[in-house]
Amino acid sequence: MTRYIIRRILQAIPLLFIISLLLFVLMMNTGDPLATMGGRKPTRPEDRERLSRQLGLDKPLYIQYIYWLVGNDWAKIDMDGDGIAETPGSRKGVLRGDFGNSLVSRGKAVDDIIWERLPNTLILMIPAEIIVILISLLVGIYSALRQYSLVDHTVTALSFVGYSMPIFFIALVSMYIFGVNFKRWGLPYLPTVGMFDPKVGKTTEQIILHMVLPIFSMTVITAAGYSRFVRSQMLEVLSEDYIRTARAKGLPRRMVIMGHALKNASLPLVTIVGLDVPLLLAGAVVTESIFAWPGMGRLFIDHLSRSDTPVVMGILMMISVAVVFSQLITDIIYAWLDPRIRYT
Amino acid sequence: MQATAESEVIKLQEELKAEPLTPGQLIWLRFLRHKMAVFGVVMLFLLLLYSVGGAFVFTEAEANFTNTSIRLNPPSAEHPFGTDTVGRDILARTIYGGQISLLIGLFAVVVEVIVGVLIGALAGYYGGWIDSLLMRFTEAMFNIPQLFLLLVMAKFFGGKIPTLTVFGRSFSGSVIVIIMIIGLTSWMYLARIVRANFLSLKEREFVLAAHTTGTSHSAIIFQHILPNSIAPIIVSGTLSVANAIIAEAYISFLGLGVQPPTATWGNMLEGAYNYIETAPWLWIFPGSLIVLTVLSINFVGDGLRDALDPHAIVEVR
Repeated sequence: MTRYIIRRILQAIPLLFIISLLLFVLMMNTGDPLATMGGRKPTRPEDRERLSRQLGLDKPLYIQYIYWLVGNDWAKIDMDGDGIAETPGSRKGVLRGDFGNSLVSRGKAVDDIIWERLPNTLILMIPAEIIVILISLLVGIYSALRQYSLVDHTVTALSFVGYSMPIFFIALVSMYIFGVNFKRWGLPYLPTVGMFDPKVGKTTEQIILHMVLPIFSMTVITAAGYSRFVRSQMLEVLSEDYIRTARAKGLPRRMVIMGHALKNASLPLVTIVGLDVPLLLAGAVVTESIFAWPGMGRLFIDHLSRSDTPVVMGILMMISVAVVFSQLITDIIYAWLDPRIRYT
Repeated sequence: MQATAESEVIKLQEELKAEPLTPGQLIWLRFLRHKMAVFGVVMLFLLLLYSVGGAFVFTEAEANFTNTSIRLNPPSAEHPFGTDTVGRDILARTIYGGQISLLIGLFAVVVEVIVGVLIGALAGYYGGWIDSLLMRFTEAMFNIPQLFLLLVMAKFFGGKIPTLTVFGRSFSGSVIVIIMIIGLTSWMYLARIVRANFLSLKEREFVLAAHTTGTSHSAIIFQHILPNSIAPIIVSGTLSVANAIIAEAYISFLGLGVQPPTATWGNMLEGAYNYIETAPWLWIFPGSLIVLTVLSINFVGDGLRDALDPHAIVEVR
């Protein structure tokens, strides 16, 4: 097992290199980060020349990638524009844990920018994921046990609809019903945008109130897919021989379902959830945009639209690392839960 | 007693004498049994009729005609779906937007299938270092969430392709960009399926036979192995059309998709959330059309999956 883990980690290293190179090349050509640096006025040509020299944007792509990766404190930069590189660089590079500084919010370290937003995203995504798992287990098991009943057909149809819906549609519908129309009808209504009401301040109560609609939207969309999955897994397990054996021994139905069937049926769910966990870090780009939630997804969109390569690369690499490691952890948990699986 | 047994035997003999059903007929019968899939086909036909037939009622110029004196008008007899922020008729725009959205869905999948099948087939057939190289690349692409990759690529290619004119209609270059990037960010799953299929099929006798008769590699790949793994490709391709339409809606919703005045169901929704309270017709109609289309395609895909599964039991009445 230890050897398997070490091998997987060693395999992950070149993978992360490929990803970073791919993304870096894409990002370097997405636009002009200097365009907005002049404030309201267009950036002056001499400023543009100076800034791109100081930020290293005039260097060829591979040099920029190397600087990003291992830093430039071993090289010298030409700060005053006399053609002679004299000032030693200060960046340490990603490999030494320095993601550089943002280009648009100047001087601010990428790590700080990300750390500011990450908690906001997590308080939205973790409850959402927990609710999704609970609901889809409940719904999936229930409709598998009553296969082809009216409830099962209704649930299947509804989950198809939820699965086919872009998240912004359910978000807009729920905002329209619970935010706009409830207000119109004089019912207690839910806030639609932001994280808290600026008039009230950032209290726990306010944040919870503002979390309801985003979490509701994400739950509808994600639980639809998950519950279909749980249902089909349950149906498959329920027709296994060991379930018949358990029934034949006279075990109570409850024990058969909870102890034997559910345990085996929920194994594949571990994989699905494991693959989704890194996306929690990334936040729901679309959901956060609609509900104006100040999380990672919004951060990504904002900085991508201004071609802020260091921040965008920082977010993307964080997700990629999270994906690679959560896959590894999923595999390990899976092997631990299912003794039939052995890695060598 | 004996008479009934005899008549049973005769009936059985008659049944055996009847022409056996071809695999195609079996698939068709299984597909028809899937009620939701049939519903999906009918719905898709109606949606196609709506967006193609509607073009005979409204011209594209009407769909893009702005009239700021009637901006944000609610649905009325003259404008059944209301008007948008610059006074364009939403009914006409959903018709033309539907054409573009469906076009993007279909062609993105064409790109996806070409790339996915090529990479999967080469990796599975040749194995060795080609396989490791291609699969590492596939894995790398898989590890970046699709929406993030889409947004970065939309930014990368945005504005680099000029407007094209096909059949007297001009398509914004961004339509082609969106088709390409959706195709190029969604082929990984298909490539894995195709590779797995090739890995098992290339060990079979018919491939060995083809090798011994001196068939070329490309003929073996495309004429012998590929037709045998067509079923999962069809199912995955069908479901991908739905995903492509949703992906288009997401990037257009975030403002990086197809650029106006060309309408798509996705970009009609851009900025609609500013008008939730005042103009719900802005997003209800295009949004519902997206849901309906994606739902129908998913039904059809599900039906095809059951119908094309060779292990499925056939009861023919």
